[in-house]
Amino acid sequence: MSTPHKLPRSSSFRVVDVIGTAAGGLGSRKLRTVLSALGITIGIGAMVAVLGLSRSGSAELEDRIAALGTNLLRVTAGQGFGGGDATLPEDAVAMISRIGPVESVSAVGTVDQSVLLNDLVNPNQTGGLSVKTAESNLVVALNGSVDVGRFLDDTTGTATTTVLGSVAAERLGVRDIDGTQVLIGGEWFTVVGVLNSFDDDTDDVDTSLFNDLDRAAFIGPDIAEALFETPRNPDTIYVRSNEAFIDDVIGVLPGTADPESPEEVEVVRPSDALEAQEAASSTFDNLFLGLGAVALLVGGIGIANVMVIAVIERRNEIGLRRALGATRAHIRRQFLLEALLLSALGGVAGVLLGAAVTALWADRQGWRVVIPPEAIGGGLIAAVLIGALAGLYPAVRAARLAPTEALRAS
Amino acid sequence: MNVTGTPPDDYPALELIDVVKEYPGAPPVRALDGVNLSVAQGELAAIVGPSGSGKSTMLHVMGTLDRPTSGSVRIAGHEVSSLSDRRLSAVRSALVGFVFQQFFLLDGDSAIDNVATGLLYSGEPLRKRRAAAATTLDRVGLGHRLHHRPNELSGGERQRVAIARALVARPALVLADEPTGNLDSKTSDSIQQLLHELHDEGATIIVVTHDNDLADSLPRQVRFRDGRIEHDSAWVSQ
Ligand SMILES: Nc1ncnc2c1ncn2[C@@H]1O[C@H](COP(=O)(O)OP(=O)(O)OP(=O)(O)O)[C@@H](O)[C@H]1O
Ligand SMILES: [Mg+2]
Repeated sequence: MSTPHKLPRSSSFRVVDVIGTAAGGLGSRKLRTVLSALGITIGIGAMVAVLGLSRSGSAELEDRIAALGTNLLRVTAGQGFGGGDATLPEDAVAMISRIGPVESVSAVGTVDQSVLLNDLVNPNQTGGLSVKTAESNLVVALNGSVDVGRFLDDTTGTATTTVLGSVAAERLGVRDIDGTQVLIGGEWFTVVGVLNSFDDDTDDVDTSLFNDLDRAAFIGPDIAEALFETPRNPDTIYVRSNEAFIDDVIGVLPGTADPESPEEVEVVRPSDALEAQEAASSTFDNLFLGLGAVALLVGGIGIANVMVIAVIERRNEIGLRRALGATRAHIRRQFLLEALLLSALGGVAGVLLGAAVTALWADRQGWRVVIPPEAIGGGLIAAVLIGALAGLYPAVRAARLAPTEALRAS
Repeated sequence: MNVTGTPPDDYPALELIDVVKEYPGAPPVRALDGVNLSVAQGELAAIVGPSGSGKSTMLHVMGTLDRPTSGSVRIAGHEVSSLSDRRLSAVRSALVGFVFQQFFLLDGDSAIDNVATGLLYSGEPLRKRRAAAATTLDRVGLGHRLHHRPNELSGGERQRVAIARALVARPALVLADEPTGNLDSKTSDSIQQLLHELHDEGATIIVVTHDNDLADSLPRQVRFRDGRIEHDSAWVSQ
């Protein structure tokens, strides 16, 4: 055999083979691979879940704010000095309507009666529901909507007819309006409509901003006055204002609503509560993101640790590969890619885990599931960067090993 | 000396000229002390000698795993003692095959994949590497064990896999350090048999061994003592 040999400038290690070798190195140590990728999985998973839940949560809040409108104000009589419920003057609605930037005004008053399905029912069983007077524009003013039937209008507002809030209808078991009647203060009222929740982007009625309205049976102020001698003083007035002038409107509202005791008038912008909620949740997010980052750091150190041990344990393999023609660069690439694959594996699993947690949790909360693409991208990039950092030193050490040293029996 | 070109056929497979290898220390250890050796293409030679006489050191220097402190090493006509680390890797990939006492098989890989690793750094695609590995395994008598893992093979079979891996790139020179050192005598005999067969097919093989039976059965013996060649059977026959 006298084949003449031409000597190449360098041996070569094809890219597919580097990948195959690195993957094979991980594949033949499955348990260790899984355990060492776990740190990265937990870190990335936590970060993706935090970002996803935070985004899903604020998407829900944003939906609610959008449905509500940031130009809505609620004017209430607050608490009088002597305690007990104060009411607003009878002409408060008319006065407020005269404020220039105000677009619409709608008043709600309290009727001191209970609502029952029939006279066999113990009045205490429908506790939590109330009877309120409402003007015909209430639903429009609050961006609400009617589920079945219609809201009170000028005709029905003067008759023994009622419209039920969503929770009230549910509690009373009213599903349709075909001649259904309920007992209000001992009088039979015909149900002409059922409303959707005024805050129907939230699934949880207890967090509804209009909990009180959802639990109410609405009747017209005229019939309330006629049957129950309910005074015409409103206790809550909803005001829609031109948003550009809303601060001015807030400034003049107390004096306009009740010129005699403006200090007792409370003006609230309901969207502020939601915005505050959003801000509060983002401080928690930062905390969890910080914890996720710590988990990632620990995961990265875990990978570096595993790779350093691998280089020591696999000394003979390194020597063998050098004997078979691997250059230092080939050895470096193999170990670096192993670290990269390890952390990328952890990263992908982490993204899936985080997305699954987000989807499950957001779904349980009745939120729209939002998994921000930047969380996925960021998670994967973070994983790869960590792998590169964690793998660099062990890979360089592996490459520096002299072949004869590496081949010495261990 | 031609480094990149194709050396003519009549170059020796291996030539060592005044090779000295000193390990630093106080005092330094002179493991090779002026070694001159020429191994022709197609030779099968044994290197013997007491422990610590420098046999492994010489095998490493011959195989470019280590550099001589001084002197010249030529493999198939290529002067390799002054090459960069990268070029030496190319020499090992293309010209030299190694067989070790501890086999050094990759536990996670099947026999055929272990043998194909012998071509991994040659740039051949996987399909060709596998095909060559199958052929070579067949040649060492393991055609029926292609997909077994090292832990499913006997010691002798493992060493056959390692020999196939050393041969698969058709190197100019095969270097074996104690290839039967971990095997019982019966298995050793079969490896000895295999070495003879490969020699008959034209391979150039140098075997470092403590095994007198094996050494005596080979066509040439080189005896080391204290880093020098004490005796070379080639001297007598000349
Ligand atoms: N890396 C090293 N550093 C220092 N001295 C070394 C090194 N490697 C080998 N030696 C020394 O060089 C001499 C030759 O060692 P070598 O391993 O070549 O012997 P050997 O003939 O192969 O022995 P054995 O038959 O036991 O394998 C010994 O004295 C040894 O201690
Ligand atoms: Mg030795």
